[in-house]
Amino acid sequence: MEEKPKVIVSSRSRRADAASKEFAFSQSDVRAGTLTEYRQRAWQAYTRAAMPSASDEAWRRTDLRHLPANVFTLPKAGAFEDLPPVREDLLRPLADGQHGGQIILLPGGSTVELDEKLAAQGVIFTDLKTAEEKHPDLVAKMIGRTVNPEEGKFAALAGSLAQHGVVLYVPKNVQVEEPLHSILWGPGSFAHISHLIVLVDEGASVTYVHEAASPDEPGTDTMHAGLVEIQVLQGASLKFVELQSWGKHVWNFSHERIRVERDGQLDWIFGAIGSRLTKNFSELDLAGQGAQGRMSGFYFTDGSQHLDHDTQQNHLAPNTTSDLLFKGALKGKSRSVWQGMIYVAPGAQKTDGYQANRNLVLSDQSRADSIPGLEILADDVRCTHGATVGKLEQEPLFYLKSRGIPQAEAEKLVVEGFFDPIFQRIPFEGVRERFQEYIAAKMSE
Amino acid sequence: MSELVIKNLHVSIENKEILKGLDLTIKQGEVHAIMGPNGTGKSTLAYTLMGHPNYTVTEGEVWFKGQNILELEADERSRAGIFLAFQYPVAIPGVTVANFLRSAINARRRADNPEDKGIAIPEFRKMLKDKMSMLKMDSAFAGRYLNDGFSGGEKKRAEILQMAALKPEIAILDETDSGLDIDALRIVSEGVNALSGPDLGVLVITHYQRLLNYIKPQFVHIMMGGRIVESGGPELALHLEEHGYDWVREKYDGVPEG
Repeated sequence: MEEKPKVIVSSRSRRADAASKEFAFSQSDVRAGTLTEYRQRAWQAYTRAAMPSASDEAWRRTDLRHLPANVFTLPKAGAFEDLPPVREDLLRPLADGQHGGQIILLPGGSTVELDEKLAAQGVIFTDLKTAEEKHPDLVAKMIGRTVNPEEGKFAALAGSLAQHGVVLYVPKNVQVEEPLHSILWGPGSFAHISHLIVLVDEGASVTYVHEAASPDEPGTDTMHAGLVEIQVLQGASLKFVELQSWGKHVWNFSHERIRVERDGQLDWIFGAIGSRLTKNFSELDLAGQGAQGRMSGFYFTDGSQHLDHDTQQNHLAPNTTSDLLFKGALKGKSRSVWQGMIYVAPGAQKTDGYQANRNLVLSDQSRADSIPGLEILADDVRCTHGATVGKLEQEPLFYLKSRGIPQAEAEKLVVEGFFDPIFQRIPFEGVRERFQEYIAAKMSE
Repeated sequence: MSELVIKNLHVSIENKEILKGLDLTIKQGEVHAIMGPNGTGKSTLAYTLMGHPNYTVTEGEVWFKGQNILELEADERSRAGIFLAFQYPVAIPGVTVANFLRSAINARRRADNPEDKGIAIPEFRKMLKDKMSMLKMDSAFAGRYLNDGFSGGEKKRAEILQMAALKPEIAILDETDSGLDIDALRIVSEGVNALSGPDLGVLVITHYQRLLNYIKPQFVHIMMGGRIVESGGPELALHLEEHGYDWVREKYDGVPEG
């Protein structure tokens, strides 16, 4: 790729003074139950927090003025019955007809399957409501542990109003071989609000794939707000694949944080091709000595999509390692923002942190902002970063054409190749192929 | 029997004329060599025949199978049966040798028949395995990203592998010997020789006689100042090896340019 360091010259936007609309949710939307205390606290935070605006540093490049906040309502129980059914391709098993469990979250409902053997080993993999009823003490210990509802308007909104979600608990030293899969299907004109809570206990390991998706419903206003709270305890290992193919009308917000304790290992993979607008905060807390975390992401935007990924790698203990690579390609008038920070706490010596963001701009009207950052408060560390924004180069395309491959297909191959190193980190061929097909479809439009 | 007929070819790069009226005919089954000092336009000829967008043809024609291929895009020229083994093959990160070759083969099949479903995987694998063993390539090579981190020898072998898989009628080898040690040179040459025959016309572009010890041309041409100034048989290459290019320069220097 032709890669040039991108210099970002930003000026204070004048749009800051245009007010966004307010949500029409009320305290009566807060679900009663075993988590009332947490939810009421989140609700209080929600009512105190103002709608983010361009004058907030984290929101400077993502404009919410057109968010029709006042129209969103929560789906009633059973709402899914009158809505487009979940797309078949999402339900295919991840690997060789095997999965350890599958959860489908629908507007106003859900289905849950879990392999009996895993259940017998004490693995809990169920929807949030069921978990609240059956395992109230466990859920109370897991919720609100990595994301504080005070962190922002959408964190507080999701914390207080989450209608559904997933609770995954893997007991000590249990190695879950078959992958677990959850699907959040969000059709219709609603606010879909989700909360994923995962605890991988000491010495345990698991692979978990979560996909959020919806049909394209032009003219419909749909929002998703989500929280992802994950803890990987001492010596545990988690591979977490998180994919979104929201319809292009969806406003998508999330706050996600994974904390990795001593000698824990995390492999976190993101894939994003959908939504009208996404603002995603993803944070990695390396909280114990020897903790390791890798974050890999791909995004492909077209039309007028706007995807904003805000990542943070927090080295809070010595001898921790983080490695982030996000790759994006942009078509049409779309825009991406990647803003990344490596933070090294005082005393977190022998930290090894890396972050890179590579962008391939396929049209003159698309734009990628790439903003790496380092904040290092320890002195014996190695932290490096790189950010590039480039275009398709002529020579590789000519080479492919000289072998009989037409221009459009040559471009497709080069773009697939650009993403391939990230795709190879998704351990399921079926999922890889599906996202390769989504990208191919965007390329040929 | 196809032939490639180059007539009075003039080519410029950024308004500088490099080829100044080149004529050459290559028939299927023939092996030609073009030799000449550096900077005389040999690679320009190779790139122009393949259709690189940086080379502007200001005059002349190149006929192949009843059409002037200068009017075709590079991919159309390739599908018509022309192949260029690059002097400096470019890396395509993330695209494996196997995936790339399958795309190239399927592009040909689809051009012939838009309904074509593409080559069957077992058939493709077998073909690839056969061609790779001919070129003494490890089977793991197919899974590597194309030219990405390849050594000089691996790149040139990959070029010949593509030639073997795509079965061109006219192949242009641009300085295929450059950067090769003697073992790699032998393997690459044996590969080319194994592909040679009545269906393949070859144009070897080289600075040195060395390659021609392995790939024997019937016709040798000397290029100087953007055109072919001498043509002969294999003895011309030997003469060059013995006497260098100075006599050519003396003979043709001062010939009015353009």
